[in-house]
Amino acid sequence: MDVPLRQTLVEIADAGVRRGGKWLVEGIDLTIRSGEIVTLIGPNGSGKSTTAKLVTGVLKPDAGSVNRRAGLTVGYVPQRLAIDWTLPLTVRRLMTLTGRFGRHEIERVLAQVGITHLIDAEVQHLSGGEFQRALMARAIIRKPDLLVLDEPVQGVDFSGEVALYDLIGQIRDEIGCGVLLISHDLHVVMAATDTVICLNGHVCCRGTPESVARSPEYLSLFGARAAKALAVYQHHHDHTHLPDGRVEEADGSIVSTHEHVHDHHGHAHGPSTRHDHA
Amino acid sequence: MLEDFFARALVAGIGLALVTGPLGCFIVWRRMSYFGDTMAHSALLGVALSFLFQINMTLGVFLVATAVAGALLLLQRRNALSTDALLGILSHSTLAIGLVLVAFMTWIRVDLMGFLFGDILAVSAGDIALIYAGGAAILIVLVLVWRPLLAATVNAELAEAEGLRPEVTKALLMLLLASVIAIAMKIVGVLLITSLLIIPAATARRLSATPEQMALVAAGIGAVGVAGGLFGSLRYDTPSGPSIVVAAMGLFLLSLLIPSQLFVAKRRESP
Repeated sequence: MDVPLRQTLVEIADAGVRRGGKWLVEGIDLTIRSGEIVTLIGPNGSGKSTTAKLVTGVLKPDAGSVNRRAGLTVGYVPQRLAIDWTLPLTVRRLMTLTGRFGRHEIERVLAQVGITHLIDAEVQHLSGGEFQRALMARAIIRKPDLLVLDEPVQGVDFSGEVALYDLIGQIRDEIGCGVLLISHDLHVVMAATDTVICLNGHVCCRGTPESVARSPEYLSLFGARAAKALAVYQHHHDHTHLPDGRVEEADGSIVSTHEHVHDHHGHAHGPSTRHDHA
Repeated sequence: MLEDFFARALVAGIGLALVTGPLGCFIVWRRMSYFGDTMAHSALLGVALSFLFQINMTLGVFLVATAVAGALLLLQRRNALSTDALLGILSHSTLAIGLVLVAFMTWIRVDLMGFLFGDILAVSAGDIALIYAGGAAILIVLVLVWRPLLAATVNAELAEAEGLRPEVTKALLMLLLASVIAIAMKIVGVLLITSLLIIPAATARRLSATPEQMALVAAGIGAVGVAGGLFGSLRYDTPSGPSIVVAAMGLFLLSLLIPSQLFVAKRRESP
């Protein structure tokens, strides 16, 4: 089965951002196509947000080039969003924060993320998971070409995390947008991710989640212990990932991630996005 | 029959409240009340400099308030002192420099109490024209930038990523604030302007389910506060500016008695 033609949304080549005589990031190569999920991981201060700002066009590169498709619509799910109690904001009103949308569109996106019943709830009263869903609905109501999610599972418990990653994959399938995920949480990287890019001021390594988890650059950056915790979440629900990184199979047996076999099902990943550096 | 001066005070004060209510909501939402206070305090420096250079006082106050806001934004970027401390320094030093300058200018007699607490009973027809023309302009700009300004208030990063310009809207908000301070100073005085911005907005919070509702309710509450304060000052022969603030404060306390579930959105809708 062939995947539909994937448009290149953003192409970053050898880009760098310089502030106060220091390079925040340099030598960034990155391509995001529609229908593709790219995950940026890296320690704090490794330039994940800076790279994301290059993608969204908020920052201009001081070196290299950033090509964004003309008229690219971005939907953004921010990292931390503390809404002051003094601001009365219902889920319904949140949907029209950056644009005008009708009732039907609002109800449709809320149904898509499964929180239709919360339409009149105040956002300050939502649980962490409900709030993240509301923020995702707000981002996709714009019918974005590119969805950017900064730490989308913060403040969400483990089973909620898994459900949110499921939802991100589902949204990608339904609206066919490209997705840029930013995460410093290394415990769960969704297997639906086509490319993981590991940053530390520059691109350390990249590839499928499995190959990055095994790469020596990743291991030296995060240590062997972090690598062990890198659980690759699968769409198959025949097992549960435990918080300590071990896996409980459907028959109740518990195995460590290393022994646990991930079977890819019919999930076309399109052309490889790996950039080989000389 | 109301006396002429009293009717003028009422019209002027209500016009002002209709502007400070909606604008004040942003001050409350963005936790800028001390910022607004600092800009208001700098108005006295604006008055002094207007005398010194013999320019229009409203213009002088507007320019100084804008300059102080700009200086603050620049100092914030240097990350040397906390915003809190910077505000404290700017707030009191501009007020003090203003007072010192006024004292040096022995050739003019300045009614300091008037500038500090306002002299709403002395407003002229010209003042009223300024309040309504300036106020209308401020409200029109506010309506035009409402969506991006609100988006930037909720989350600047989000607004930026989705193609809005939060820095520009923030600068615009400063200019609107400086304008309202320039217009309001003569009415309620330097020390009481912030209260007209903040108290009606805070009162409106418990009565509103959306930001737009809150802005409208704040405007209404401010107008009621002004009317109540003025009638109170007439009845009890109290200073008018402070009476307005006391009336607004009374409305705020009353709003606390309203059960919060009455107007605000429900946690969940029954299926």
